[in-house]
Amino acid sequence: MTGTFTMAPVIDVAQARKEAEPVQREVVFDIKGLTVTYGRLTAISDVDLEVYRNVITAVIGPSGCGKSTFIRCLNRMNDLVPGARIDGRIMYHDEDLYGPGVDPVEVRRRIGMVFQKANPFPKSIYDNVAWGPRVLGMKKDLDERVEKALHDAALWDDVKDRLKKNALALSGGQQQRLCIARAIAVEPDVLLLDEPASALDPIATSAIEELMHELKRDYTLVIVTHNMQQAARVADLTAFFSLEVDDSRRTGVLVEYDLTEKIFTNPSDKRTEDYVTGRFG
Amino acid sequence: MSRYRRRRIVNRAMEGVATVAAMLAVGVLAIVVVSVALRGAGALSWEFFTKSQALFGQPGGGIANAIVGTVLLVTLAAAMALPVGVLTAVYLTEFAPRRVAVPIQVVLDVLAGLPTIVLGIFVYALFVIGHTQSGLAGAFALAIIMLPLVARATQEVLLLVPATLREASLALGVRRWRTVLGIILPSSVGGILTGTVLAVARAAGETAPLLFTSSIFANTVQTDVTKALPNIPVLIFTYSEQADPALHEQAWAAALVLMAFVLVASVAAKALLARSRRKLAG
Repeated sequence: MTGTFTMAPVIDVAQARKEAEPVQREVVFDIKGLTVTYGRLTAISDVDLEVYRNVITAVIGPSGCGKSTFIRCLNRMNDLVPGARIDGRIMYHDEDLYGPGVDPVEVRRRIGMVFQKANPFPKSIYDNVAWGPRVLGMKKDLDERVEKALHDAALWDDVKDRLKKNALALSGGQQQRLCIARAIAVEPDVLLLDEPASALDPIATSAIEELMHELKRDYTLVIVTHNMQQAARVADLTAFFSLEVDDSRRTGVLVEYDLTEKIFTNPSDKRTEDYVTGRFG
Repeated sequence: MSRYRRRRIVNRAMEGVATVAAMLAVGVLAIVVVSVALRGAGALSWEFFTKSQALFGQPGGGIANAIVGTVLLVTLAAAMALPVGVLTAVYLTEFAPRRVAVPIQVVLDVLAGLPTIVLGIFVYALFVIGHTQSGLAGAFALAIIMLPLVARATQEVLLLVPATLREASLALGVRRWRTVLGIILPSSVGGILTGTVLAVARAAGETAPLLFTSSIFANTVQTDVTKALPNIPVLIFTYSEQADPALHEQAWAAALVLMAFVLVASVAAKALLARSRRKLAG
């Protein structure tokens, strides 16, 4: 386990460091004191974090540390969970995401999401991608838009001859890329990926990871993953969440947030080191 | 050892009793079908389907007017019950908070269990007293019978739609209502149709509400829904009260037609549901 982050992608990480010097980057999300509770259960507590533009930010940590809860706050998907309560503040381009008068539907339009399990609509491949733009009134040059989204999701060559076929006939990896195409077809500003490759085989996984590098040019990406090598391979910045046990109450906290290279080779926190070296989690 | 034997025998016996009970249920249907077929088949002919009822005291005639009327009645009733039933189900599964959904659910179940004669007298008091009997009143009563059936069936199939599909649509920044209209309902159209077909099959045979609302009808084809519409259940009832054995036979034949329709509809509904399940599963 100790050798894993000295694998090939180190070059990428080094590059990323040059590209992604946080101080020069525009801040997309400025999160302060984010606390999420479900009834009496506190899922994450007091998280401070900044997400930068055109950077891939990975969120790693053991199961139940609130990674998914965290990412679902960024596009207000947690609003759909009955009993979820969000405290603290998330500024998105200097606008309070949870401010009064902010429409969560509009938030989700600009901040897209790809889920753990590929969830294409039971429609044709074309309609899967075209449906969002159609409903949202982006009907002009729809065919071009669909083609571009499928291109950007590296799926066009696989499906260009069978756009009218049912999307459920695609393989798991193709379905997940279709979901990415569907998400980017409505031209979001940010793409959130909640363990996008955890249900995929290694080849499909590497396709998704390559794709993320491509997408970085146009989008800001936040990826939740329980696969540390994946974070090491794709992310510029990595946030490590852990569980704090207090009075047998388990709460997710942000332990460390830094350049991916630093998190994996020279973490400042003992807990991060234990996790990335495989001693825990 | 004897205890072991006793358990084995009791097990066998219970299995036997359960099997007999199941066979009895099938047997009842078989006996009904066969006896109706035996008594009614003789009256079945091309004329029976194409000619209207004979004038009083004259031989021959058919049930064409009643078939047309029944089709009209259930079509109208379905047109009333389908939108309300589907929207009720959509409200319950997609929008209503739990504390609202649970009581509405109970109300629907009560509605489904109401004796149809009660609905009949209610619609009679509402529409017929002071006016006349009409196909509309009859269809309205049938629609009340269909409503909970359609709502329940729709609800069940809406719950089959995976939550991940809702999430996928909402994460695109699509409004809930558009999600329902564009993703959830199209995925469940087969199930909704199934529920509707079963409700239609049920309503087609309902007699009690029609006795109040659409029972004094002409013996010719009637398509004016503001007048009483001839219909098969009431025709069966009236003919079986007559002295003429030819009319008795016609009543049996009409019953056979009605039953055949219900059987075909049920089988078709099953096939529809299986198809839509497969479609959802990919």
